[in-house]
Amino acid sequence: MAIECKHVWAHISGYLDGNLAPDVLEEVQKHLEHCEICSAILDSTRNILVLTADDRVFELPLGFSERLHARLEEEIEGMEAPPPAVD
Amino acid sequence: MAATTSPRDEAQMIASIIAGDSRLFHELIRPYERKVYVMALSFLRNEADAEDAAQESFLKAFRNLASFRGEAKFGTWLVSITLNEARSRIRRRDTIKMESLDEPPDDYGHTSPALLRDWKEIPSEALERKEISLLLRQAVTALPPIYREVFLLRDVEGLSVNEAAEAIGISIASVKVRLHRARMMLQKNLAPQLKGVAPKRRWFPWP
Ligand SMILES: [Zn+2]
Repeated sequence: MAIECKHVWAHISGYLDGNLAPDVLEEVQKHLEHCEICSAILDSTRNILVLTADDRVFELPLGFSERLHARLEEEIEGMEAPPPAVD
Repeated sequence: MAATTSPRDEAQMIASIIAGDSRLFHELIRPYERKVYVMALSFLRNEADAEDAAQESFLKAFRNLASFRGEAKFGTWLVSITLNEARSRIRRRDTIKMESLDEPPDDYGHTSPALLRDWKEIPSEALERKEISLLLRQAVTALPPIYREVFLLRDVEGLSVNEAAEAIGISIASVKVRLHRARMMLQKNLAPQLKGVAPKRRWFPWP
């Protein structure tokens, strides 16, 4: 009994993570072999995951590290030397 | 992104920092700068707020380091501090039109994927083109918060399903369900838009 496309879509995420149960995996794989639509959907989903994981998509702003460590250094110095008394 | 420091080195560094060698904290957090910033950015949606929230999260981690018991990984603990910081800023910022952090109605499970025939791969050089990076960033940012956080932790920052569950404070099963929905929503949103990247190919939108 062939499974429907909709049934395959529900397993795309599990398929990509490699955590489908063996019997489900076999059904999905069999379906993918002959269904061009589901294969295309699987490929495009995988491609989107590869692209969004690329460091260039979410970049740190220029100077981010320098400003962060400067602020931390202020905090550390403030801890070491208590602020001067104000009158 | 994998941290280059081993957990044992981290534990030793943390012990030294608590014992008084405060400046080691600079070194401890280097592998996590991007992760913390990306989490903050995805929630606050503008760079200046995200940078400020990221700085504040690192400062909170520094001040509370003695309360880190080491039962979680340092990175996971840091991510939960960042999530709390970002969420509380959203609440402060949009008290009226607050983004709901609750589970949206259960209709995302039935999202049909978009069909792009002949689309095996967009070469990663395409990311050199700023508009493609922007497209991807906007699509991730547009996800409902509960899906966005899972997607960022797992698929962008590479945490395991267990680590993501721990950082957010939800079950492993929920992480898997949300991750699936996040990926399907992104696929449906991005696939038709990305056809501009390879215009010579044939594109078939899903009905
Ligand atoms: Zn199919």
